[in-house]
Amino acid sequence: MPSTLPEGDPAPDDGMLPAQVRQGAAGRNFGLYIHIPFCAVRCGYCDFNTYTATELGPGASQDEYAATAMAELDLAAGVLTGSGLPQRQLKTVFFGGGTPTLLPADDLAALLRHAATLWPLAADAEITTEANPDSVTPASLQQLADAGFTRVSFGMQSAVPHVLQVLDRTHAPERVPQAVRWARDAGLAVSIDLIYGTPGESINDWEESLSAALSYGPDHVSAYSLIIEDGTKLAARMRRGEVPPIDDDDHADKYLAAERLMEAHGMHWYEVSNWSRTPQQACQHNLAYWRGDDWWGIGPGAHSHVGGVRWWNTKHPVPYANRLKSGRSPAAGRETLDATATHMEHVMLRTRLREGLAIEALGGAGRSQIAPLIAEGLIEPSAAFGGTVVLTLRGRLLADGVVRRLLPG
Amino acid sequence: MTPLARTAPVPAATDPAVLRNFSIIAHIDHGKSTLADRMLQLTGVVEDRTMRAQYLDRMDLERERGITIKSQAVRMPWEADGTSYALNMIDTPGHVDFTYEVSRSLAAGEGAVLLVDAAQGIEAQTLANLYLAMENDLAIIPVLNKIDLPAAQPDKYAEELAHLIGGDPDDVLRVSGKTGAGVDKLLDRIVAEIPAPVGDPVAAARAMIFDSVYDTYRGVVTYVRVVDGKLHPRERIQMMSTKASHELLEIGVSSPEPAPTDGLGVGEVGYLITGVKDVRQSKVGDTVTNLAKPAEHQLSGYQEPKPMVFSGLYPLDGADYPVLRDALDKLKLNDAALVYEPETSVALGFGFRVGFLGLLHLEIIRERLERESNISLIATAPNVVYEVTMEDNEQFEVTNPSEFPAGKILEVREPMVSATVLAPNEFVGAIMELCQSRRGTMHGMDYLSEERVELNYRMPLAEIVFDFFDQLKSKTRGYASLEWKADGDQAADLVKVDILLQGDQVDAFSAITHRDKAYSYGTLMTSKLRELIPRQQYEVPIQAAIGSRIIARENIRAIRKDVLAKCYGGDISRKRKLLEKQKEGKKRMKMVGRVEVPQEAFIAALSSESSKDKTKK
Repeated sequence: MPSTLPEGDPAPDDGMLPAQVRQGAAGRNFGLYIHIPFCAVRCGYCDFNTYTATELGPGASQDEYAATAMAELDLAAGVLTGSGLPQRQLKTVFFGGGTPTLLPADDLAALLRHAATLWPLAADAEITTEANPDSVTPASLQQLADAGFTRVSFGMQSAVPHVLQVLDRTHAPERVPQAVRWARDAGLAVSIDLIYGTPGESINDWEESLSAALSYGPDHVSAYSLIIEDGTKLAARMRRGEVPPIDDDDHADKYLAAERLMEAHGMHWYEVSNWSRTPQQACQHNLAYWRGDDWWGIGPGAHSHVGGVRWWNTKHPVPYANRLKSGRSPAAGRETLDATATHMEHVMLRTRLREGLAIEALGGAGRSQIAPLIAEGLIEPSAAFGGTVVLTLRGRLLADGVVRRLLPG
Repeated sequence: MTPLARTAPVPAATDPAVLRNFSIIAHIDHGKSTLADRMLQLTGVVEDRTMRAQYLDRMDLERERGITIKSQAVRMPWEADGTSYALNMIDTPGHVDFTYEVSRSLAAGEGAVLLVDAAQGIEAQTLANLYLAMENDLAIIPVLNKIDLPAAQPDKYAEELAHLIGGDPDDVLRVSGKTGAGVDKLLDRIVAEIPAPVGDPVAAARAMIFDSVYDTYRGVVTYVRVVDGKLHPRERIQMMSTKASHELLEIGVSSPEPAPTDGLGVGEVGYLITGVKDVRQSKVGDTVTNLAKPAEHQLSGYQEPKPMVFSGLYPLDGADYPVLRDALDKLKLNDAALVYEPETSVALGFGFRVGFLGLLHLEIIRERLERESNISLIATAPNVVYEVTMEDNEQFEVTNPSEFPAGKILEVREPMVSATVLAPNEFVGAIMELCQSRRGTMHGMDYLSEERVELNYRMPLAEIVFDFFDQLKSKTRGYASLEWKADGDQAADLVKVDILLQGDQVDAFSAITHRDKAYSYGTLMTSKLRELIPRQQYEVPIQAAIGSRIIARENIRAIRKDVLAKCYGGDISRKRKLLEKQKEGKKRMKMVGRVEVPQEAFIAALSSESSKDKTKK
């Protein structure tokens, strides 16, 4: 999650949700995101809410974190019940960071076990952890699998040393296939995260990274273009002219290369930046975000969504821990979506998915754009005639423009 | 009241022999207002405790910019050799754009104080006004101001002034408006050296209007200098150029607050109030006479104000159009030189084509409109007025380049100016190069001193309104000063350059240029727009054309990527807010054909040439 929180309304100390969240709750999946705000080193491009071990003092140390997060899990269960929501199964759990695997596998397993005491795990529940290829061993992966984890997502980013260096990634490229093998051996599904458009990365570098990642046989690949966020070391280096600026055309070329190589390896897009071997191997937790399902985000700076109410936790681990210790909700702010915002999000999120956006959900202005969007080659004609907006390859690259046109003026 | 004020000559009953009427000629920051303040204090017309800095500059804008836009006259008593005199200080507008008003202010007196900063020497505009005063046979009292400054070089600049007006450097008075040093001597010199006014007290009344100001409560306040006869309260007066007649509701002198009197006699300077609401009914340079006993001939020198520079003014927010219209209507009451008519631009919407005396006038009006009405404006690049004659002898006056006629043109005439540049001699080469590149013809060069040179050029006004002053300043490290006045017109090989976005003309960017410069204008604008207009879904050609002939072309390449890669661990709110912002931005887009152009791009393309410094001549 980004370093700055959105602006919103204050959240109540008890975390209780308004009555509207009950509406249609039984039809929405429920999941958990558990943020682990620790990294061994801070990467130059990263503006996520994460800290190195030495940055945080007493009350928010790595050792105490699992206990603190469990306190929020308890609070979550109490709030959901207290707000009148029905008891639901846990469909997905996603441990993200930071580097979740910096915590001992015992801690991750304990957190999952604790969650499962509060919400019954669905039979087909998807339990993922992000991992740095450096911070896993065959034993730790096996331990996670034994604890119920089903999936691991490796932050590979690139196979090219000079690219990894600009990103401040510490792992050796040859470590990745090894880690993938260990995960496979432990029975875990494997996803690989890649970043393209790093300053200094050539199109050949990128194709090399893609080919390498695909040769390890992952079930799922996420490929994100590098975004230079304000306040990061990389942004400062770019401002000083030490690294070249981001070139959108270069990003477009690399996206096209990604699509070509993914397809060649039997991987298909299901969201603008995500590919999977089969629809079943798509990241269910990720899809929940785009589909507007409910999830509770545990941890400092984590975002949650339940029935049209979005909130976000206080960012720093110390006040986060203190609030929980004193029995208060760690939420820093929230917003309750009105009809306009709900529609806007629905169009914005659904349009990014291969499964698409139902045209009947659009207003008059949006519908009037369907024909021109087909004519301009931005959406699939056959899908549109079937009543769904599905982006073409060109449309995926221009998705934000398509969304703007589908929304009322 | 001081003893001096008690013995002051009474207005309406003052012997012309004890009157002294004078102006102060000075560059904007050479301390005229501060010196005037000291005179007001020393003569006792303003008590120390009511003294505001720069008492005579009334408008906030004037005070902030440190310049005087509208003149006023103040009557001050002064005793010399046992006689009480009445001194009328006629404040002159301080800028090149108001040359005509300056000439009328000068004509209202018999002498002028030539005030020059002892650290900077004379500037071009002061020189021009000095020449104006000398042409009017005024007595000139040379004065160096700011002698208290460490950087002052009074000996050097005294020589320069003596060279200019022909005299002895020792006759140049040295004062400090700040400390008051030498100001009493200056008042004595005014009495001694400036001739008393001469007129016929029994002739039909004739008074020259040298200023006219709109006041919300009193209507138009007209400042006059009586030449012959006498004006009385309650009588009917007539404006000789318009033949309009009014009742004289009030007549008086400023000291410096208005004080009604029993009238004004020969040589006296004061104000009139008739209840009219529009300064156009009381024009600078016109002659006021008595309706019942009118003068036969009006005083010479009257001119209608003539706008020289035109610019389109558009509200940034189209909804503010009525506010802009009301603001212009209001401003017009106080500015006889302001002309405007509604116009429509494809790019900018509804606005007005407004005529100005010059660039400072433009800048002042624009600022006042924005400030007093609280609206934001876009101004198109200023242009001059062209006379176009077609082969069938049909004639057009073109004040907006986009209205330049198509078809067979016989001749295009453009306004010319005679420009004076003053600069240290090391920059002569650079200045000559600049003036020549702007189609100037040299008419003379004079060394004011060993280091300072005066260059005279005749050049097209159009070349001056297009970033000339900025260029002059940058080529002379800020040392050059510029003055210009209208000097007829000339036929020239002028063409209209249009800018096209994907084949559609963008009216706000059309310009009339000399054929030799059309290419560079076209290249400049197309490359600038390529930077400013965001990439669209299609390639957008930007072309510059003369008629149907393309002279420059740039392409905005089609956008290939417009999508955020990820959603940051479920922070949907942030992404939605970004989208809301993009949607807002889209509302501010203007469509040119099917090209979306952000309003900011228009503003940036139009404003980059006009720098505020330009006005600080």
